[in-house]
Amino acid sequence: MSIFIPEKHWWRDPLDKDEKVWLAIALTTSIVLTLAMPYWHVTQKQNPGSEYYKIKPDTFDAATDRFIQQYGVKDEAGAIKQEGGIDVVAPPPGDVFVRGQQFKWSPVLKLKKGSEYRIHLSSIDVLHGFSVQPINMNFEAVPGYDYVLKVTPTTSGVFNIVCNEFCGIGHHTMVGRIYVD
Amino acid sequence: MEAVFRTCPVTGLKVERNAETLIMFNAVTSIVFLLVGGLLALLLLLTRWQAVHLLPADFFYRLLTLHGIAMLVAWIVFFEMAVLYFASAILLNTRLSVPYLAWGQYGLMVVGAAITAVTILVGQADVMFTSYVPLKAHHMYYFGIILFAVGAILGVCVFFATLGAARHEKTYVGSVPLVTFGAIAAAIIALLTLAHGAIVFIPTWLWALGVIPMMDPEVYRLLFWAFGHSTQQINVAAMISCWYLLGTLTVGSVPVSEKFSRSAFTLYILFIMIASEHHLLVDPGISTAHKEWNTGYFMHLAVLASMMHAFSVPAAVEVAQRKKGYTKGLFEWLKRAPWGDPGFSSLVFSVVGFGFLGGITGVIYGTEQLNIIVHNTLRVPGHFHATVVIGTSMAFMGITYYVLPLIFRREVMFPGIAKLQPYVFGTGMFVFSTAMMFVGGFGIPRRDWDITGAEAPFPVAYGPTADLALAVMAVGGLVAIVGGAMYILVAVSTVAIGKKINR
Ligand code: HEM
Ligand SMILES: [Cu+2]
Ligand SMILES: [Cu+2]
Repeated sequence: MSIFIPEKHWWRDPLDKDEKVWLAIALTTSIVLTLAMPYWHVTQKQNPGSEYYKIKPDTFDAATDRFIQQYGVKDEAGAIKQEGGIDVVAPPPGDVFVRGQQFKWSPVLKLKKGSEYRIHLSSIDVLHGFSVQPINMNFEAVPGYDYVLKVTPTTSGVFNIVCNEFCGIGHHTMVGRIYVD
Repeated sequence: MEAVFRTCPVTGLKVERNAETLIMFNAVTSIVFLLVGGLLALLLLLTRWQAVHLLPADFFYRLLTLHGIAMLVAWIVFFEMAVLYFASAILLNTRLSVPYLAWGQYGLMVVGAAITAVTILVGQADVMFTSYVPLKAHHMYYFGIILFAVGAILGVCVFFATLGAARHEKTYVGSVPLVTFGAIAAAIIALLTLAHGAIVFIPTWLWALGVIPMMDPEVYRLLFWAFGHSTQQINVAAMISCWYLLGTLTVGSVPVSEKFSRSAFTLYILFIMIASEHHLLVDPGISTAHKEWNTGYFMHLAVLASMMHAFSVPAAVEVAQRKKGYTKGLFEWLKRAPWGDPGFSSLVFSVVGFGFLGGITGVIYGTEQLNIIVHNTLRVPGHFHATVVIGTSMAFMGITYYVLPLIFRREVMFPGIAKLQPYVFGTGMFVFSTAMMFVGGFGIPRRDWDITGAEAPFPVAYGPTADLALAVMAVGGLVAIVGGAMYILVAVSTVAIGKKINR
């Protein structure tokens, strides 16, 4: 019994056929599962990126501000338009900045369907979760790291960026936006 | 503290007084934390059910932090200490070595847990149990955790000292029993893990005190999960030891092959740190190759080990039942199993829930590509309520029904309630976890007080199906809470006023 001392030389008892068969099944499952990840990585298009750079939060903050100044959508008076109190930016294909901070994603992005973007994702204070809804794609925004996500929007519409990494008591108020047309 | 023994009339094992007392203290304390965590679960559940939305935001986050600590840390680890003392001193017919160290274990863990819990309750640690930097809690929060961990290390040391003494004093000959072997696996993993925990929590504590600069946030995540994921491997090893124990206690099962089961436990020890990066699959700072190496090949050897146990535990039950003459057809052994014994029904829920609900979703969610749609959604707590609640917690609950008569030496009170308890708790938890994973599929975040964006610049909507599924989750959770309350009622009243068994 499991609670008593086993018989002597238990390690010499041969395995039954049942056990051998199960072991073979389990081992095969494990090997298949193991190979699936690299296989999908090579053959499929949707993978978490592995391009990232270390960056000081201040530097990232300044880079995002420059990005907003450069591509901000201006009204007649020349001021950058805002939505929900957040600057709206319509960048050309290429580098795009998304800044997480307690409790705001900025800027609001206007992207074009079919264009390729390199989203630079980071935070200037604590961790935040970059969760694009309703397509449900989730990435981590980590202060000190510029995480590059290569994205080509394939559907047009309105997308929310919901913060899904707990970042403080205002966590649930942290919603940003991306428009694709 | 000299050794005083009695002989257990049921198992014939020699039971030493110190070991018995420490098992009782640790078990009762763990159940107290389960009670606390369960009350919090009720409040959290009624808040996440968006239609009810009970708590205000700050309380929700505060109590969620405490629920994580009270359940995952306190309830589970106190109970594991009881399991370790049982698997060493009792199963090897020996005395508990260095009992004052064991009291040190108990004292430090109680004080540590209390300090951490109070710090959270007074609003100084709204950081969740993961306490990712740069979010900062009051330094006493980390200090409490460190004390708790030091206590746990002492407990593991007492366990090994007891094994050594038993060997030295020849209280047994040959190899240790399988349950003890599993506990050894858990304890070895615990030592390695707690060393990692020290690497995470001591610098973070010093940072909170203002002594040293902050750890890099991604390095923190890497180290935290090297520690946090491996602790789950302790829970798995302890849970599976309890499976074998329950098999023996409920139907008198014998491991089909000692070699098979012991090899599987050994795999856990060899592959523990690995797979921890499945928490970081969508993080910057770690290369794809590293993530795939860590979460791929080696992880699946731990999965292999779990699959081996998932075979040999039911097989042992089947063999034992067939020996009793239940040999008709394929399934008479199962039909004639002691379904009215809460130890047995808990075992079945634990094996099925851990394997089919928790294990399979874990393997799926831990895939690099699929993790993109899983990370930090409600799918994640859905998954781990299946593993750590239906799996580990139900195994521990099942053991309790035997610990009460054998160690506390009291007749289990309310046997009718006890008989139903695993069904109520298990069914509720199955519905709760499954529904939670289902709503997670809509992208609804975990740890989120409000999913409508009511106080955000933009409104968010997940649709009516998601709302309905949240309600199903809430109903399942409520049923589970009733089942939890039944367990606590039976355990506490038995310990307090149950009829003494005088043999
Ligand atoms: C009575 C049954 C229980 C119910 C109804 C319940 C309910 C919940 C709910 C609603 C959450 C919040 C999920 C979120 O918003 O992210 C949660 C989180 C959690 N629960 Fe439970 N729970 C129960 C039992 C347990 C047990 C027994 C354990 C551990 C052994 C446990 C461990 C956790 C952990 C670790 C978290 C995550 C905390 C965090 O995200 O920081 N729960 N639970
Ligand atoms: Cu945030
Ligand atoms: Cu957040």
